[in-house]
Amino acid sequence: MRRTDTLTRDRPEMVGQGPLLSVQGLSVEFGPSGNSVYAVNDVSFDLAEGESLAIVGESGSGKSVTVQTLMGLIRKPPGRVTSGRALFRGRDLLTIPDSELRHIRGRDIAMIFQDPMSSLNPVLTIGLQLTEALREHQGLSEKQAERQALDMLDLVGIANAAQRMQAFPHQFSGGQLQRIGIAMALVCKPSILIADEPTTALDVTIQAQIVELVARLQKELGMAIIWISHDLSLVAGFVERVAVMYAGSLVETAPVERLFAAPTHPYTIGLLNSIPSLTAANTRLVPIKGAPPNVMLPPTFCAFAPRCDHAVSRCREAKPVLEPVVSGHAAACWRWRELHGVSRVPAAAVATDRASKAAPNEPLLTVFGLKVHFPIRRGVLRRQVGAVRAVDGVSFEVLRGETLALVGESGCGKSTTGRAVLGLERPSEGEIRFEGKDYADASGERAKERRRDMQMVFQNPFGSLNPRMTVGRIIGEGLRAQKIGTRASREARVSELLALVGLREPLRDRYPFELSGGQRQRVGIARALAGSPKFIIADEPISALDVSIQAQIVNLLDDLKARLGLTYLFIGHDLSMIRYLSDRVAVMYLGRIVETGTTASVFGTPMHPYTRALLSAIPVPDPKAGGTRRRIVLGGGVPDPSKPPSGCHFHPRCPKATEICARVAPEPRDFSSSNAAQHIVTCHHAGEA
Amino acid sequence: MLSYLLRKLLLGVPVLFGVTIIVFAIAHAMPGDAVLAMITAEAPSSEELIAMRRGELGLDQPLYIQYLNWIGEILHGNLGRSFVNGRGVAAIIGERLPMTLELMGVALLAAFVIGTTLGVISALRQYRLTDYSLTLGGFVGVSIPDFFMGLLLVYVFALELRWLPSSGISTAGDSFSIADNLRHLILPAAALALFRAAIFMRYARAGMLEVLNQSYMRTAKAKGLRPSIIVLRHGLRNALIPLVTVFGLALPTLFGGSVVIETIFQWPGIGLMFIDAVVNRDSPVIMGYVLITAIIVMLANLATDLAYSVLDPRVSYD
Repeated sequence: MRRTDTLTRDRPEMVGQGPLLSVQGLSVEFGPSGNSVYAVNDVSFDLAEGESLAIVGESGSGKSVTVQTLMGLIRKPPGRVTSGRALFRGRDLLTIPDSELRHIRGRDIAMIFQDPMSSLNPVLTIGLQLTEALREHQGLSEKQAERQALDMLDLVGIANAAQRMQAFPHQFSGGQLQRIGIAMALVCKPSILIADEPTTALDVTIQAQIVELVARLQKELGMAIIWISHDLSLVAGFVERVAVMYAGSLVETAPVERLFAAPTHPYTIGLLNSIPSLTAANTRLVPIKGAPPNVMLPPTFCAFAPRCDHAVSRCREAKPVLEPVVSGHAAACWRWRELHGVSRVPAAAVATDRASKAAPNEPLLTVFGLKVHFPIRRGVLRRQVGAVRAVDGVSFEVLRGETLALVGESGCGKSTTGRAVLGLERPSEGEIRFEGKDYADASGERAKERRRDMQMVFQNPFGSLNPRMTVGRIIGEGLRAQKIGTRASREARVSELLALVGLREPLRDRYPFELSGGQRQRVGIARALAGSPKFIIADEPISALDVSIQAQIVNLLDDLKARLGLTYLFIGHDLSMIRYLSDRVAVMYLGRIVETGTTASVFGTPMHPYTRALLSAIPVPDPKAGGTRRRIVLGGGVPDPSKPPSGCHFHPRCPKATEICARVAPEPRDFSSSNAAQHIVTCHHAGEA
Repeated sequence: MLSYLLRKLLLGVPVLFGVTIIVFAIAHAMPGDAVLAMITAEAPSSEELIAMRRGELGLDQPLYIQYLNWIGEILHGNLGRSFVNGRGVAAIIGERLPMTLELMGVALLAAFVIGTTLGVISALRQYRLTDYSLTLGGFVGVSIPDFFMGLLLVYVFALELRWLPSSGISTAGDSFSIADNLRHLILPAAALALFRAAIFMRYARAGMLEVLNQSYMRTAKAKGLRPSIIVLRHGLRNALIPLVTVFGLALPTLFGGSVVIETIFQWPGIGLMFIDAVVNRDSPVIMGYVLITAIIVMLANLATDLAYSVLDPRVSYD
């Protein structure tokens, strides 16, 4: 046996009767009573030894507050537990004093957090951060604690663990840090691991690594897991039971297969409909209408009613409780009996037939050999000693009227490419032709000219809108800057734009902080559209939004494209969404494009090993597919772009790499079966059997 | 790191050169000169005598020659000679600088320790009585200028309570002892420290509040660590980083403050020397003082930069 048997728990009291953790009627409020935020309302669930439970919900659903309350991590005040019990091995976590709870935290119940960068202390070595819980709870000597920490680092797959104990968090990549975070949580061999969105801040291929790691460790260490997530597809593959939360209440709980096969609560059904399917393309997404719930109202009615297609007066008058649908499956809905069996996709799946659109062929934008290098300067005289090759020779075309998606993981240069096209970054080399004119070196008037026809929608709708300006001013600012129209005509244009993106006129005088994430992104889109551009660069416009809102924004972008005849360069990393909304795809890795083709051909017959790995890493909203799908988990992370690997940048991580890949950078080759659309792959081994 | 230091030191040379020009210009733009200052104090003198004295001091030469002479002195490691007693300025400063450094060092250290501790306590007890009292105290502290604080302390502790001496560095007539020196140090150091402690407290409170909201503090708590480790090891280390800037900025103001405080308490440091020199229009001493202050402030800024890289492993200079 390997080291793992020394790590299995050896606590005698673990063979128990009943659940390991039993949460009963938990309610948590924030703020002064009378003006409370009702964060968690009457939540009950059990967790058995070794069981894995997912709590799924959107931001503000109360899923994180629930588990943080159990751990005693919410601040009181302003937080208040207004009712409930949480029995862990017979002790109520909510009433025992913090001095006692402290000995359960980290030892019996451990937690891993969302953003590994910010959840590790930046000024302490990871060795210290790994050993301190061991020394605290088990009274080990520094030597002993270090040995156990090293074992744990090995187990989570950190190479050269002994040398890296003295390193600080910033010296690791995000994926490595999350592994360290997991090691840190597991050093004391807890019986429950709470994972609070541990992969949300990570890239798809790294996410796949982490999910696999946690699933493996759960088996080896025999612990129970509560996995908090906003992503139903992600948890489909590896948990046993799912609890769906909405506005602080549990709305449905079921074994995972059952939940996906027979979702019962309208919210669960809505969530599933908002996820684009990887298998069935060309159906319009069915978003959940409306905005996230108002948790300032006391929970005396069904919080989902305002967004529910099936709501009746009763739903607005009384709050439904969880009722068993079948054994192990419960839903909190007044009408579940009538609605049971309602099709998952109502309104007969509005088909959007992309293929039949006027075939575009005239290039609007041509990028050729684009390089953006950021100099690295060192020494007394600040001589340039190297460069971060953010974009290292990228060529592509965007045809009039199409959506080209630029896909890749963080650090691959996709955003820098977008910024260079718009002129926010100065290219080191290459051509950027828009409607035939080269703008690569444009400045002054010519740069302005480019901005009229080209606009950008930014990723973070919270950071990209000036908090001191009203919505109306934000949208109209570009018009003022470009001196388009008169004051009155600009005002009229703002109204028109608000209507166009589906915002009500009174919102014009509001400030960004008063809006929801989806509304803010609509403002960002309206701002981009103000000067009637032909071309929109959308840099991850939906990744900061909730799932049900993402679908709304994607549909809006789709409608606008059709109505205004726009062309999109869509930058993103969410492959299922990209498959849904793009006509063609370009896959980037470490500053270069590795594969370009129509969406159908790239997703249908991916030819570059990186594209294949990327596609296989996408979580599928189907618990049964988990077993049959072969997942290519790439080792390691994306290399440092200032020292890219020789030859093909991908070769150190490539399962197919041979000797030539390390020496010679491959040339792009066309593998399309027809000559209508190209399918270009930059790989020595593409097309081989 | 080494190349960073070297670059900073090299960049300091033109800065100091600029300082010499400004200092020289100001010293010579002052009304009157050393000879006139002496003469008014003594009996009235003839025009010839004045001219002769000016000749002896080199004051009759064109300004640029005087400047170049001074620069020559600096490059030789001297700072010229005092017009008043003919002693080398470097020697005078060398004699008095330790007194000032003692006063400033103690004041700054006390301000930092007291201010940071109270700031952290205040942050941990946010919106409670302790926090409100400390915040109010801090407000009073920053509102009282140090010269007034000095006079207040003299009045209360030296004149009314008669606990502490109010001037000098040791009791006249007694042989010098450390204990006696420290008793003399308390009031002037407190006068300098209180205002700065209040400032450190404000920043420490803000810094700690910010750190308390960081995810890694939640992680530390989730690990079940004891509260003291969470606050000191995980919190304070991070909260100190922004305080380094405040510490670096406090130093130049301390020189200004010590001029006034040394005068009030007759503390024989370079501040008192400077005031005497201004009264006597002793321009070599004035210029020497400003130049030394500039060098110390520059070195302190460099030390601040280095302190960052010690406290924060993410900061590295190259």
